[in-house]
Amino acid sequence: MQKRLLLDGRSLQVTISRLCQQLIENHGDFSNSVIIGLQPRGKALAQRMVMRLQEMTGKQLPIGFLDTTFHRDDFRRREEPLQASKTEIPFLIEGKKVILIDDVLFTGRSVRAALDAMTSFGRPAKVELLILVDRLYSRHVPVEATYVGKRVNTLDTQKVLVEWSENKKVDNVWLINKEE
Amino acid sequence: MSQLKTKHLLGIKNLDREDIELIFQTADTFKDVINRPIKKVPSLRDVTIANIFFENSTRTKLSFELAEKRLSADVINFSASGSSVKKGETLLDTVNNILAMKVDMVVMRHSSPGAPHFLANHIDANIINAGDGTHEHPTQAILDAFSIREKLGGVKGKKVVIVGDILHSRVALSNIFALQMLGAEVMVCGPATLIPRHIGELGVLVENDIKAALEWCDVANVLRIQLERQQMRYFPSLREYSKYFGVNRALVDSLKKQIVIMHPGPINRGVEITSDVADSEHSVILQQVENGVAIRMAVLYLLAGKP
Repeated sequence: MQKRLLLDGRSLQVTISRLCQQLIENHGDFSNSVIIGLQPRGKALAQRMVMRLQEMTGKQLPIGFLDTTFHRDDFRRREEPLQASKTEIPFLIEGKKVILIDDVLFTGRSVRAALDAMTSFGRPAKVELLILVDRLYSRHVPVEATYVGKRVNTLDTQKVLVEWSENKKVDNVWLINKEE
Repeated sequence: MSQLKTKHLLGIKNLDREDIELIFQTADTFKDVINRPIKKVPSLRDVTIANIFFENSTRTKLSFELAEKRLSADVINFSASGSSVKKGETLLDTVNNILAMKVDMVVMRHSSPGAPHFLANHIDANIINAGDGTHEHPTQAILDAFSIREKLGGVKGKKVVIVGDILHSRVALSNIFALQMLGAEVMVCGPATLIPRHIGELGVLVENDIKAALEWCDVANVLRIQLERQQMRYFPSLREYSKYFGVNRALVDSLKKQIVIMHPGPINRGVEITSDVADSEHSVILQQVENGVAIRMAVLYLLAGKP
C-alpha cells in the first residue's frame, strides 16, 4: 500500500492554530457561536479545535457531535446499513452561528446530510463549514467549506486518512492509494 | 458487522446473539432520536410498509405504526375485520393483492402459528412477525430484554421468572429463547395446567409457588391470562388464580430483595397483578412501551437496509 504524508504532527499543529485564528477573526468573542463535529471522524478535530481555542481566547465553546446516518441519501443503495454513532448536542442551535467540523471534504454528501440532520435541533442563524483536508474537484453536490486546512488534488481511487494521537499515538494525515 | 443475518424477522429462533446485540445498539440511537424535540428521521422515506393485523392489537400496532412514521415510511393499515378475508379470501391472495400495490415490507399478526413463515416462503417483501398465535412475538421479547439491559445494566447472568399463562403465550416462548441466547437464567411459574408439560426440555426451571419464584428472581415478567385462547377451564376461577398467582404489594414487600416487575400488556388489573404493584417504583411497564418503539425502529431500519 502506497502512502504519502500530507501533514505531520507539527504541521497539523500549525494548521489547527491558523484555523483557530481565522475563526477568531470572524467570530470575535464567540458569544453566539457553537461547534458541531460530524460523527464519527470529525469528532476528534472538533475537540482539538475547542481545546486550542480555549488556550487562545480563554473561552470554553459549546461543543456537540452530530450523527448523520439516518439522513444519508444512500440508505438501501449500499451493501449494508451503516451503524449510527451517538448524537450529543446538549444545546439548541436556534439562532446560533454553527461551525460544522469534519476531517475530510470529498463528495459533499455527508455535509448535505448534516445540514438536513441539523434541522432537528432548530434553525441556526448561520452555518459555516470547517474542513481539515479538502479533496478538490470531487464534489457530487455544490458544497464548499468556509475554512480549509489543506487543499489537495486526489484521484477517486485514493483515500485520505487522518490519524489522531488520541488513538494512534501520533498525529498524521496520509494520502493512500487504495488499489494496492 | 452491521447487518442482520436474516431477511425477515419471523422469530427469535431465526436470530443469533450478534443479531440481538446489533438491534440493541441500533435501538440505543433511535431511543435518543425519539427523545428529541423533533422525533423524525428520513431514513425510510421511499419504503412502504403494510401493517396486516388478523388479530386484535393496540400496543403492538400503535408501536409499529409510530416506529414506521418516525422513520418517514409510508404506512398502510389493514385489519381483518371489515375486509375481504370475511368474504373467504385466502391469506396468500390477500397479501399478494397488497403487495401488487408496491409494498416493500409487511408487519403481520395472525392467529395461526407459522403464518408469517408460510408467507416468507411465497413472497419477496421483508416480513416482520408481530405475533403468530401461541408461537412467537419476537419484537416483544427483544424489547423486554432491552428493558432488562437498561434497568439492570445487562442481561447475562440475570434471573428472570415468567409468571402466568405460559401455555397460550407467544411472549413467553420468544422471551425464553431471547433471554437464554443472551445468557440469562429463565424460570416459568404458574398453575400446572397452564405450563406446557415438556417445557423443562427448553432448559427453563419450573416452579408452582409464586413466593419461591419471586424470591429466586431479579426480574418478574407477569403475563396476562389469555381467556380468549382458552377453550376449556384451566383453573376454577379468576379469583382463585389471583389468590394463588397474583402479584400483589404484600407479596413484593415480603421479599428479601428488590425485583423488577414487567408486563407486556394489556394488564388485567387485580387479576395477575394489582394496581399498587403495576404502578409502583419496581415496575418498568411504561418504559417497556417506550422501548418498544425504539426496538421496532431498529428492526425496520436494519431489515429495510438490506438490498
